[in-house]
Amino acid sequence: MSRKRFNATRYSPWIASIGLFVLWEVLVRGLRVPVYIVPTPSASLEAAWTFRDAIWMHAAQTLATTLAGFAIAVVFGVVLGALVGSSRAIYAAANPILIGFNSVPKVALVPVLVMWFGIGSVPAVLTAFLISFFPIVVNVATGLATLEPELRDVLRSLGASRLDVLLKVGFPRSLPFFFASLKVAVTLAFVGSVMSETVASNVGMGYLMMSASSKFNMPLVFAGLLVIAAMGVAMYGVFSAIELRSTRWATRGSPTG
Amino acid sequence: MSVGFVDLDHVKLRYGGEDDAPLALDETSMKIDKGEFVAVVGPSGCGKSSLLKLVSGLMPPSEGNVIVNDQEVTGPLKIVGMAFQNPTLLPWRTTLKNVLLPLEIVEPYRGRLRGERKIFEEKAMQLLAKVGLGGFEHKHPWELSGGMQQRASLCRSLIHEPDLLMLDEPFGALDAFTREELWDILQGLWLERPFTVILVTHDLREAAYLADTIYVMSKRPGRILVRQKNTLPRPRDQETTFSQDFIDLVHVLKNHIRDVRAA
Repeated sequence: MSRKRFNATRYSPWIASIGLFVLWEVLVRGLRVPVYIVPTPSASLEAAWTFRDAIWMHAAQTLATTLAGFAIAVVFGVVLGALVGSSRAIYAAANPILIGFNSVPKVALVPVLVMWFGIGSVPAVLTAFLISFFPIVVNVATGLATLEPELRDVLRSLGASRLDVLLKVGFPRSLPFFFASLKVAVTLAFVGSVMSETVASNVGMGYLMMSASSKFNMPLVFAGLLVIAAMGVAMYGVFSAIELRSTRWATRGSPTG
Repeated sequence: MSVGFVDLDHVKLRYGGEDDAPLALDETSMKIDKGEFVAVVGPSGCGKSSLLKLVSGLMPPSEGNVIVNDQEVTGPLKIVGMAFQNPTLLPWRTTLKNVLLPLEIVEPYRGRLRGERKIFEEKAMQLLAKVGLGGFEHKHPWELSGGMQQRASLCRSLIHEPDLLMLDEPFGALDAFTREELWDILQGLWLERPFTVILVTHDLREAAYLADTIYVMSKRPGRILVRQKNTLPRPRDQETTFSQDFIDLVHVLKNHIRDVRAA
C-alpha cells in the first residue's frame, strides 16, 4: 500500500464534506437563491452561532431523547433478537408481525403516542425506540440463527446447555452483526426523536426548527439540520469505533473492514 | 455375548424420525472395544456421519440399541470429543482459548477452570506443542493455515481427555503432505493414551494407516458389509505405507468399495 493512497483514504471524507459545503455556498450565491428558500452554509453557521444557547439546549434535549429511545431499542432488540434467533418457531411466528410493524410509518404513530402520553419527551423517546429497534432485532437474530451445525454438534456433544451455546458461541458470533445494526439504529433514532419533536413537543431540535420555519428564519432551520446531521455522524463514529475495538476478529484487523 | 465399549445392535435410523421416512442406516451392528481405533469407509452419502451422531447421542436410533460404556445412549454423551472436516474454530478466540472451550463446558473441569486456569492452560499448551502448534497459542484462527486450524481442532477435541473420539473426515480438506503428517500426530496421541476412536473417512490409505478395525459400509441405506481387521504393527510410519501388507490391505478395501459401488 503506497503512502499516497493511504492519505487519500484518510482525508477523502473531509475533502468530500468540505467540498459539498463549498459547492453549496457557490451555487446559492451564484444562482442568487433567496435566503428564505435555501440559505448559504455560511449564513446557517452564522445563525447557529447567534442562536448557540438555544441550539445547545435543544440539541442536548434531542440527544438525550434519542439516546434514551436508542437504549430501550438496544435492550428490547437484543432480547427479542435472541428469542427470534434461537428458536425457529418464534422466528416463524414473529417474522410477519415484525415486518408488518416495520412497514408502518412511525410518524403515523406519533399522534397515538401523544394521545397516551401527552406532548413532550415521552412520545419522542418512544418514537426513537420504535423506529430503531428493528435493525437490531434482525441482526442479532441473524447472527444467532446462522450458527454452523458442526459447531452446535461439538458443543452439544460436550453436554452444553442452550444457555452455554448462546453465551459461548451465539452472542460472540452475533456481535459484529449487532454493532453493524447499532450504527444504523442510532441514526434512525435521531430521525424518530426529531420527527416526534416536530409534531408534538415544545423542546428539542425538531421543535426549534418548526418554530424557526414558522418565523421564516431559514438559516436557523438549516443550522438545526446541520446540528442533527453532526450529532448523527458523531454517534455513528462512536459506535463504529466500539465495533472495531470489540470485533476485531470479524474485520481481521483491517481498519477499513 | 459380551457387550463392546461401543455397541450397536441392529440399529436402524430414519431421516426425520418418521416411520415411513427413508432409512439412513439399516441393520447396523458394531462392537468396538475400549481403546480400539476404528475406521468406517464407504461411498459418499452412505450414512457414515449419521453413524457418528448416533453413537454420540446427537440423534436417537429409530430401532435397535446404542450402548456406550455399558449404558444405553439416550442423549448427548459427555465423554465424547469431536472433530470435523471443517475445523469450526471460534474466530474471536485465540488458538489457546479455542482449545480450552470444552473445559468451560464439561464437568468436572468447568467448576475447576476458574481456580486452576494456569494448570489447564499449561496442559493445553503442551497439547498444542505436541501437534506442532507451539508458539501459535495466541494467534487467532484466521492467522493459521488450514492444516494448523485442523491441528487446533484436534487439540480441542482431546483437551478434556474424552474416552471416545469421533472424527468425521477430519483430514479430508488438507493437502497430502499435511494429511499424512497429521496421521502420525493422531497415532502418536492415541498410542500415548489409548482412547476409543471412530474415524469416518473416504481415504482407504488413511483407514489402513490408522485403524485397528475397518468397517466397509454399503450404499444408502448404510449397512456394515465387511469388518476388516488390520494387524499391521505399530507404530506405523511412512515406510509402512510402502510395505506389501499395507498395499494388499488397501487393495482389499478398494475391491470391497468397488463391489459396493457396483451393487
